[in-house]
Amino acid sequence: MAAYSRDPAVSAREEVLGRIRAALADVPPDDEVPIPRNHQRTAPPDVDVAHLFAERVADYRATVHRVPAGEVAATVAAALAQHGVRRVVVPADLPPEWLAASEAEVVRDDGSLSASALDALDGVVTAAAVGIAETGTIVLDGGTAQGRRALSLVPDTHLCVVRTDQVVGTVPEGVARLDPVRPLTWISGPSATSDIELQRVEGVHGPRTLVVLLVD
Amino acid sequence: MTATFLGTPAFPEAAKRALQDTQLRANLAHATATIRSKRAVVVGERPDWEELRLAGEALKDQVLRHLDTYLVQLEEKVTAAGGTVHWARDAAEANRIVVDLVRATGETEVVKVKSMATQETDLNGALETAGISAWETDLAELIVQLGHDQPSHILVPAIHRNRAEIREIFLAEMGKVGEPAPPDLPAEPRALAEAARRHLRQKFLRAKVGISGANFAVAETGSLVVVESEGNGRMCLTLPETLISVVGIEKVVPTFADLEVFLQLLPRSSTGERMNPYTSIWTGVTPGDGPQAFHLVLVDNGRTTSLADPVGRQALRCIRCSACLNVCPVYERTGGHAYGSVYPGPIGAILTPQLRGIESEIDKSLPYASSLCGACFEVCPVRIDIPEVLVHLRARVVDAERGGVPSAEELAMRSAAWMFGDHRRLESAQRAAGLGGRLFRRGRIGRLPFPFSKWTDARDAPVPPAESFRAWWRRTRGTRR
Repeated sequence: MAAYSRDPAVSAREEVLGRIRAALADVPPDDEVPIPRNHQRTAPPDVDVAHLFAERVADYRATVHRVPAGEVAATVAAALAQHGVRRVVVPADLPPEWLAASEAEVVRDDGSLSASALDALDGVVTAAAVGIAETGTIVLDGGTAQGRRALSLVPDTHLCVVRTDQVVGTVPEGVARLDPVRPLTWISGPSATSDIELQRVEGVHGPRTLVVLLVD
Repeated sequence: MTATFLGTPAFPEAAKRALQDTQLRANLAHATATIRSKRAVVVGERPDWEELRLAGEALKDQVLRHLDTYLVQLEEKVTAAGGTVHWARDAAEANRIVVDLVRATGETEVVKVKSMATQETDLNGALETAGISAWETDLAELIVQLGHDQPSHILVPAIHRNRAEIREIFLAEMGKVGEPAPPDLPAEPRALAEAARRHLRQKFLRAKVGISGANFAVAETGSLVVVESEGNGRMCLTLPETLISVVGIEKVVPTFADLEVFLQLLPRSSTGERMNPYTSIWTGVTPGDGPQAFHLVLVDNGRTTSLADPVGRQALRCIRCSACLNVCPVYERTGGHAYGSVYPGPIGAILTPQLRGIESEIDKSLPYASSLCGACFEVCPVRIDIPEVLVHLRARVVDAERGGVPSAEELAMRSAAWMFGDHRRLESAQRAAGLGGRLFRRGRIGRLPFPFSKWTDARDAPVPPAESFRAWWRRTRGTRR
């Protein structure tokens, strides 16, 4: 590697920026690269976005239930029972009626639970910010009923409630709905690895079970 | 770049050794064929793939051509969001910054998300010297670390290991550094992944310091992006109190909206998925959620040298997807170790000599580790013309060696120029070759003695025809056979 001058009076910041400016001596000051943005922004009009979302989430071997608003509590209760969730953590502002039918012990997060304490719980129920149909992606942004990031990470079963009006067709539509200042977690199926002989294994460090309720 | 794999010989020798390893070749052929076909399916699904590539190329070019402006903007936004930005001229400086930051927390262990930048700087070595244990948490990185091995693929660093080898490594090594593998561990991917989960769980839960790289850094907002699959990234980015992200200066994208391009290009090119299981995006620190201290270390380490080369700088567009490795006929047969760098395959063959220079035997042989077939350019999501840069770097290697004792290749080229310079010389050479051709069987020339071995050691050549076109024309004038 080329030997660089090491003038102790020059900070690394100034030196790196100086090298960059020297390296770009051939670039005219008013240079502007035209950005072609001719990729698709929306899904084709004939696509049923909610249907596609459900299909693509299921492709990742997550479980998807499409339910009317009135059946959320019963579906949550059944899903928690099915996956053996006896103690469930929820964000402080999760609508209490979602858990009204469940027999699981509910722990409301007040921000004080340590990672180890979360690890002792079986599951978590959250809402979501955005759903992206084409890629089967759910985005959490720490907003209403979503809680801090550790909640949806440490417990082994994540049950996520998404409203159909939160689902958009494409990645560009999804990005446009998000607030970059919030901590964002994009989830596309349960955690997975293909590191051993390229054979896909669902379930490594993140929740091994992902259940999505798509509410009309 | 400090993380040269020590003692790596020039590519042709390292390749020859790799080619004799039949287990390695079988693992590689299976793995690259699998990812290639997955990628082809999900890329074929997007009618606007070429438009996405064009947008990705232009966005990265815009950043590179105004890199100083975008980096200053990034620094300002990260700082305003509660983060601290550090600058590093080279690997040693980056490592020193990280070691000092970890020491300041009083901790003696860190959890790490797979990061090419910290592999490049050999941060783990620096941490170890400082008495700090660094736990790699990506499954493949864990296999490499426990096996005291080197990564051989950007996306799947343990691509050269099969399940039986991984089982042996886990049984022998896990217990030395934490939760041991169960003694009856089967050589089966699901069971091996479960063993990794159990081994790393306590390390995640108690970790106070996390170290990551980043796939993208958004200048407009100061947001950093990490894409991953296993959830180890989320663990390292969320649970510790302090997060240190070591990021190459070329990782910047202009605006948050531009992620709509890269978050489509990267997963489809890389793992062949519509979207990778987890993507984390964070901006500085968020009160009550995740690490409350955040440090961003911006690393040059040779990137500005590449930036100064108007042809070579396109290599800095690379988003480390590894699609070029999976389609490369050379990589598929030799594997990653022969490239002697954390960046193997076609992208490594153009990136490494630019970052490290072309002084060592391995680095000056890398631009030749290609048949120039062009498959790498076809799949590159940001349209890096890898063959163009390879040829450009070959010229630089040749230029650097001019003036001293002429190489065998230079002598051969000089005599070829003399021969082609006069039609009588050419014809007599062709007659000689035609005579020679009759001595060879099966239509190809294998190994020849020195000085021809400089060419034939790594290539077979078709045997010259018994009669050249010129001789045939003179004899027949094209009318008779």
